Amino acid sequence: MNNIESLLAQFADIADNPKRQLDQFITAGKKVIGCYPYYVPEELVCAVGMVPMGLWGKQGSPTRAKEYFASFYCSLVQMNMEMALCGELDKLSGVIHTTLCDTLRPASQNFRVAIDKIPMIFMSHPQNRKPEFGIDYTVTLYSKVLQQLEEIAGRKASPDDLHEAIKIYNENRQAKREFVKIVGKHPELVSAVQRSTVLKSAYFMEKPKHTAMLKELNEQLEALPVVEWTGTRVVTSGIICDNPSVLKIFDDNRIAIVADDIAQESRSFRKDVSEEGNPIRSLAMQFADQDQDPILYDPTINSRQAHIVDLVEQSGAQGVIVIMMTFCDPEEMEYPSFVKVLKNAKIPSLKIGYDHQITDFGQAKTSLEAFTEILSLRK
Amino acid sequence: MDTMKVIKESVQKKPAKNMLRDVVDKVYAEAWEAKKKGEPVGWSSSKFPAEIAETLGLKVCYPENQAAAIAAKHGGQRMCEYAESLGYDNDICGYARISLAFAAGAECEEKTMPQPDFVLCCNNICNCMTKWYENIARMHDIPLIMIDVPYNNTPEVNDENIVYIRAQFDDVIKQLEKISVRKFDEKKFEEVCSNANCTAKAWLKACSYCQYEPSPLSGFDLFNHMAVVVTARCRKESAEAFEALADEYELSVKDGTSTWHYDENHRIMFEGIPCWPELMNLFTPLKEKGINTTAVVYAPAFGFIYNNMDEMIRAYCKAPNSVCLETGVEWRETICRDNKVNGVLVHYNRSCKPWSGYMPEMERRFRKDLGIAVVGFDGDQADSRNFSNAQYIARVEGLYEIMELKKNGGQ
Repeated sequence: MNNIESLLAQFADIADNPKRQLDQFITAGKKVIGCYPYYVPEELVCAVGMVPMGLWGKQGSPTRAKEYFASFYCSLVQMNMEMALCGELDKLSGVIHTTLCDTLRPASQNFRVAIDKIPMIFMSHPQNRKPEFGIDYTVTLYSKVLQQLEEIAGRKASPDDLHEAIKIYNENRQAKREFVKIVGKHPELVSAVQRSTVLKSAYFMEKPKHTAMLKELNEQLEALPVVEWTGTRVVTSGIICDNPSVLKIFDDNRIAIVADDIAQESRSFRKDVSEEGNPIRSLAMQFADQDQDPILYDPTINSRQAHIVDLVEQSGAQGVIVIMMTFCDPEEMEYPSFVKVLKNAKIPSLKIGYDHQITDFGQAKTSLEAFTEILSLRK
Repeated sequence: MDTMKVIKESVQKKPAKNMLRDVVDKVYAEAWEAKKKGEPVGWSSSKFPAEIAETLGLKVCYPENQAAAIAAKHGGQRMCEYAESLGYDNDICGYARISLAFAAGAECEEKTMPQPDFVLCCNNICNCMTKWYENIARMHDIPLIMIDVPYNNTPEVNDENIVYIRAQFDDVIKQLEKISVRKFDEKKFEEVCSNANCTAKAWLKACSYCQYEPSPLSGFDLFNHMAVVVTARCRKESAEAFEALADEYELSVKDGTSTWHYDENHRIMFEGIPCWPELMNLFTPLKEKGINTTAVVYAPAFGFIYNNMDEMIRAYCKAPNSVCLETGVEWRETICRDNKVNGVLVHYNRSCKPWSGYMPEMERRFRKDLGIAVVGFDGDQADSRNFSNAQYIARVEGLYEIMELKKNGGQ
């Protein structure tokens, strides 16, 4: 096994074993904070010496979560609740719960009343985040969250701690962005399944370690000559696409993901945080700068549509695959405009349904095979 | 002489339901007139602070009211299917699908209104509203005026939320001054707020008559009348019409009459937005079993009173889908107690994720805290495909049996 394969295997092992990772942190005497999607400033958790772990559900079907949700709610949130109700999150010292969509709103209330073992830190981001009053509100919100984290950690975060955390996270974001670009050039070496585990593993690791491993991988990949890719090249878009069963269909059909607009992936590391000035305000400014995401209010109305066309052009992709999370209102609401702009730009697109409960992706397989043929014919 | 007294004295002897209908008709007629004159016409979410546009003399229509009217006249499914043909998923809120279909040019005889020149969006109701209005603004290439109300986790609204929303109010006033080409008049604003308070008080007074045993009305009547508090709460004539409605209920109490012409064996709360296309189907098994709906959550939620700007902002923070679980439970349990219900019928509304998302927990609390029968059914506020009459009838029968058992001393 060469070094690239070895690193990819390590990332996959971590991505596939969040419970083991959690146990290791606890054994090492560290406190761990679960972070719901979206836009949780993990730097605050890091600054007080705790470990943030991402909560993006897991593959499976809810059983106990049905006591709190009817059937028409997104499986990501339902599976987070399922894990909490089944005691799988009991070792967490807290959970930061966001409310940026209509499922997360009531989910926050259900979590707070149902899971009394885990303190819930409530985070209601502002949508009017760009004007000065929006930035001020975010500063207050983040300061309150930090205060709650400090109580759990039993220590204060100094400005230096916050600056250091910001540096750690900027470095990790830069390494991830670099990886996404490099892997687009080397689909023959990193499969879609492996690409996903490299990015997903970051949610279950302390960032300095993830950054070190990722930098090493990036360097190894970058040193290799670019080989002509005879398969197809796409951009993926959606909330999450971490199911190896789906990604294996990509690999089997030689579909390379050369860029993504996935919430769990690139949307989460597009923007860095200023390392100058008041660190909390810098974090608020970073949130104010977030754009091109259906989960956020778009004051320009069309920024996301323009972004996806740019992404396709810059990455040299031939088409876009929309991974549509079932029951995700924001993604569904933006889909017609999204497809329209792609159509106008003559960019082929395909929508496949996705959620954590699906075990048979037969329909997606057929669609992806047909889409591959279409893209190949357009070469 | 206070404003309310003036309103009371000016109440005409016209039937209240006609007065109420006239108010809504006038809102839409004025919007058409403005459109013809080339003045800008807005579309507004139902809990956007209407006081601002009213003060600036802007004419505004209400897509939620339009969608409910279209759905009630059985045009909802057709419009939803039109939206689906444009690519909108059938999981999306039925009101949004109807509205987006209309905005995109779908023909609609059930209830039409002028197409918008600007949109007023407040997400205190739901986050779906944000994307819905962004879509309209994109389709028509028009300004979107946004007020963001962060979701609350506690019964109290934090001071920082008030500061944040107040700043947005000021910003919205500036944006709407440009659109209306008028200056914001503080005196006019005070008058508009006074009207809105009078409307809210009169509306809540009318709603309160459900507390009488027997009730002089069916709670379903309130669903029909609430269009006025949604579309015209800042108008003097709205307060007058609701005062007239309250007077009619008062008279009914004295005369022993009611708009509910059936037995009142049991009294229930209807939880959620009604299934507008299925009002008859909702009503039928209830009347057969003598179950009067004497409490509803949706209608009085639009009656809020304030004394100053901060209180007004706090009031707009308290929409059904923007309050914490405890506040939601307290509202409902207070209504249940005041209106003396012995059962709750919960609508699991496919169109409304924020509302239905904490209903299972609320159901448990109603049973524990109130000791009353609680039964749920699946439905939709606008799309009939998500409603099963057979399931509904079975659930009402189940509710009836539990209420009977409890009435006769069973547990």
